[in-house]
Amino acid sequence: MGQKTQQSHHMVAVTVNEQLGTKRKYKFFPRAWLPKILALWIVLVLFGSRTIYTRLDAVTKERRKEILVSMCDQRARMLQDQFSVSVNHVHALAILISTFHYLKNPSAIDQNTFAEYADRTGFERPLFNGVAYAQKVVNSGREEFERQHGWIIRTMKGEPSPIRDEYAPVIFSQDTVSYIGSLDMMSGEEDRENILRARNTGKAVLTSPFRLLGSHHLGVVLTIPVYRTELSPNPTKEERIQATAGYLGGAFDVESLVENLLSQLAGHQAIVVNVYDVTNSSDPLIMYGNQYEVGDMAPEHVSRLDFGDPYRKHEMMCRYLQKAPTPWSALTTAMLAFVVGFLVGYIIYSAAIHIVKVEDDFHQMQELKVRAEAADVAKSQFLATVSHEIRTPMNGILGMLALLLDTDLSATQKDYAQTAEACGRALVKIINEVLDRAKIEAGKLVLETVPFNLRSILDDVVSLFSEKSRRKGIELAVFVSDNVPEFVMGDPGRFRQVITNLVGNSVKFTEQGHVFVKVHLVEQAKAVVDAKMINCMNGESEGVLGDHQFQTLSGYEAADNQNNWHTFKHLIADEATGYHDSSKVKTDDASQKVSLSVCVEDTGIGIALHAQDRIFTPFMQADSSTSRNYGGTGIGLSISKCLVELMGGQINFISRPKIGSTFSFTVDFRRCEKYAVSDLKKSISDDLPSAFKGFKSILVDAKPVRAAVTRYHLKRLGIQVEIVNSIRIVADLFRKNGSIIPLNERLPDMILVEKDSWMSDEDGCSGLQLLNRKQNGHTYKEPKMILLATNISNGEFDKAKAAGFADTVIVKPLRASMVVACLQQVLGLGKKIPGKDMCKGSTFLRGLLDGKKILVVDDNIVNRRVAAGALKKFGAIVECVESGKAAIKKLELPHSFDACFMDIQMPEMDGFEATRLIRDMEKNANEQWNVGCVNNDEATKRRAWHLPILAMTADVIHATLDKCLESGMDGYVSKPFEEENLYREVSTFFESKPLPDSVV
Amino acid sequence: MEVAQLQKRFLELISTVYQEGFLDDQFVQLQKLQDESNPDFVVEVVSLFFEDSEKLLNNVATALQQPIVDFKQVDAYVHQFKGSSSSIGAQRVKNACGAFRNFCEEKNLDGCLKCLQHVKNEYALVKSKLEYLFMLEQQIVAAGGMIPVIP
Repeated sequence: MGQKTQQSHHMVAVTVNEQLGTKRKYKFFPRAWLPKILALWIVLVLFGSRTIYTRLDAVTKERRKEILVSMCDQRARMLQDQFSVSVNHVHALAILISTFHYLKNPSAIDQNTFAEYADRTGFERPLFNGVAYAQKVVNSGREEFERQHGWIIRTMKGEPSPIRDEYAPVIFSQDTVSYIGSLDMMSGEEDRENILRARNTGKAVLTSPFRLLGSHHLGVVLTIPVYRTELSPNPTKEERIQATAGYLGGAFDVESLVENLLSQLAGHQAIVVNVYDVTNSSDPLIMYGNQYEVGDMAPEHVSRLDFGDPYRKHEMMCRYLQKAPTPWSALTTAMLAFVVGFLVGYIIYSAAIHIVKVEDDFHQMQELKVRAEAADVAKSQFLATVSHEIRTPMNGILGMLALLLDTDLSATQKDYAQTAEACGRALVKIINEVLDRAKIEAGKLVLETVPFNLRSILDDVVSLFSEKSRRKGIELAVFVSDNVPEFVMGDPGRFRQVITNLVGNSVKFTEQGHVFVKVHLVEQAKAVVDAKMINCMNGESEGVLGDHQFQTLSGYEAADNQNNWHTFKHLIADEATGYHDSSKVKTDDASQKVSLSVCVEDTGIGIALHAQDRIFTPFMQADSSTSRNYGGTGIGLSISKCLVELMGGQINFISRPKIGSTFSFTVDFRRCEKYAVSDLKKSISDDLPSAFKGFKSILVDAKPVRAAVTRYHLKRLGIQVEIVNSIRIVADLFRKNGSIIPLNERLPDMILVEKDSWMSDEDGCSGLQLLNRKQNGHTYKEPKMILLATNISNGEFDKAKAAGFADTVIVKPLRASMVVACLQQVLGLGKKIPGKDMCKGSTFLRGLLDGKKILVVDDNIVNRRVAAGALKKFGAIVECVESGKAAIKKLELPHSFDACFMDIQMPEMDGFEATRLIRDMEKNANEQWNVGCVNNDEATKRRAWHLPILAMTADVIHATLDKCLESGMDGYVSKPFEEENLYREVSTFFESKPLPDSVV
Repeated sequence: MEVAQLQKRFLELISTVYQEGFLDDQFVQLQKLQDESNPDFVVEVVSLFFEDSEKLLNNVATALQQPIVDFKQVDAYVHQFKGSSSSIGAQRVKNACGAFRNFCEEKNLDGCLKCLQHVKNEYALVKSKLEYLFMLEQQIVAAGGMIPVIP
């Protein structure tokens, strides 16, 4: 056993580990990855926001650039336009000179005229410092020219000009530039080139920029040729030189031009504008702007300027003055994106962390749960094992004590030994209860569903406590409503356990009064409650009678007045009226449920109010003093509660201290199948004789509830009962009958008198006795007078005898078999022959086993013989073998056995192994058969081999049964055979067949 | 002897046998199994029990005398003995066997030897009672009487 336990513990541990192992596999993702994933995500978000930033920045830069380009181009174009306007004005002046100086003779212009004109038209050329006209003078004409003008030609340096091919002395000059009057423009290298270029092209020609004399602004000199005559449309260079009369020049203040222009435009401060002369591309000459001016160098736009001089190239370069402003919107957008991304990442991260944590917690909890469950299982197992382990040596102790008691002992020794034995038995009982409870808790308790007779179970319980109740002088009574079916399907053992427990408690805690067990249908109870309601409305008084007696069973007050006569009579009335029929109809309904309401009422000490709420808690008694006075563990009620709940009911109670308690519970049973009932009646009915059917009786009892109980018991025997209140009434009745006996009316066969009714009315009784004497003369057999009593003293008995009562007193509590025995004695009806009873009881088994061929396997020859004898008794054909091996040999297929009873413990090969081998054989045979006749119809007709094998075992514990079923057995029977058990097991396999020749 | 006297003695014997617990209900069951078709069932079974028991008791005694006692073997014998005694309803033998098996489990040689003695005694007692019972039965039948029905 110890080994086994260890093994099972080990198994528990293994399963725990396995469970843990499988559960470990599920995992969201590894925890270590999470920070890495988060970091990766942040980097990604960083990149993303950076991309957003660059995109947005690029867009703004592009926009800025576009703006710059358009501004630059606009400025360039305007500058160009302004410039060309100015040039046009100079052109106009040139044409003026050509017209009025050369075509007129004499010339209409002299220096003064020119100066004035130029001055007055100066607004048209605001950017020209001044204009001057230089005449083309060839060297041959120099003298004449000098003479004509009265001055000599000088070079730019103010010296008289040396001799050259050609001169270009200034003859007219605006006042602002009067200092260049008479200077030879061709004396400067650059000017000369300009002049020549202008003459050749006929266009306005510019010098490279230089600082103007007056304003120190940067400027250029614009030179335009003046032709003497009208030129041909496409003049050659020579023609142009020929036609040239002079050159009009002016200093063009580029800086002012640009300055003015820019100041007119919006946003001029925003950009830096430089104008360059890039004729020599490697060395651009600045015309406007500060070359070294700082500014945003990055976006730069260069616009080409065309000032009309093909030789010179100019360009305008624009830059922003200030660096591009920080792109806040892009920056904030990017930042926002980053923050959002980061937050999202973080949220997911923390969610994941949370999930991982929850998962971890879950795993932990699961682990703990598994452990707790394992611990619980271990606890239950431990409890079961320990209890079992205690039981085994206890059996030894009890056995030894029994042996000891058999020996010669002195009175004291005997007393000691008896006490020890009683204590041992009590201990075993407690252990059984603890085991029961452990079993219920472990959910291992499986309720049976077998048909049983409820009334006979109640009779059994009553018989169990009858001795005790008689000794205590309390009345114990059972009443079962007629509407409760005779047979129900359920677990009789457990039902009995609950009832026994409750009745046991009640008897234990009751010193006077009664213990009353009442069973009726739940529906009935409802009907009764309804009736009671109506009564209440009608104003009927309840409970208390005029003479301060309570209308309960014994007259003592009970906690719950549902069993007093006022309520009780409705119940009985229900039965008397159509209720019975209606319940009969219900039998045919689909509802196979029988809900019973059982109540156990006592007039004991009751339960203290403060203890009432923990009365169903295990090991809790109402009071610690309770256990001192009455003993017990207090586990019974908790087991009862569990059992009742298992049976689909509820238990509750009403209790009043010092008055009593009423426990009531409901249970659900199934209705017995109708066809089964007739069979059952033969086998497990409580076997009440029908000899009393049709008897009439008069019951004298002043207490209606008790009378109803007595009537119930008599009715079960088929005896008609008439209840009267006192003996006087009976006497009156007889007196009447005595004079005129109606032929159609039978006299009662017996008169039953309650002891207290008789005691209170002895006179009447004597009258009755007198009457009896009188009756004697008649042909009718006299009614027997029977006394009903809870206890009776010898004196009282003698007195009763004298009063004419029969010898036999029916001592309560009433139960069917006892009543039968007493009545048989009194009425002198034939006793049953013992043994016949047994025959009758086993008819059903006979029906099952008759003609069946059965193999009994047991190594013990005596057991074998007894088992064979028992089975033969039921008509079976029995063969015996002494070992598992022999059994296998016998059961080689095909064989003709219908069943096999197999001992478990056998040397060499035990019952389990033998069964396994037999099942293997059968399996093989079945398979072969199926293969052999796949297409044969016969194959389908034939049933597969499966021999019912029942284990025979002396220790009937659940573990053994499990092992039996595991090894392929179909059930087990106790050894030596018990009829009920045998019947139950065998009936699963064999159909009952009616026995035509059976003697009933 | 007179039939009535024999019958009386028989009844007395039966009642003492039950009262003192030599036999239990199982023996009654056994007797119920005996009928016309199987008139000697009880005697047959009981004599089988005697044969078997003597063999087993010998086996147990030999096993317990071995230098190294195989308690498992002893336990198996006692188990057998317990089974057969329970089958015929020899209650006291059965109880003695129960105690014996406990000692076997403990491997308590002294206890086992004591128990063996006890079991032997019980067996002898029940054997003598049964033999006497059967003898009375035979005598009653021989004297032409009916075997009284056990109440």
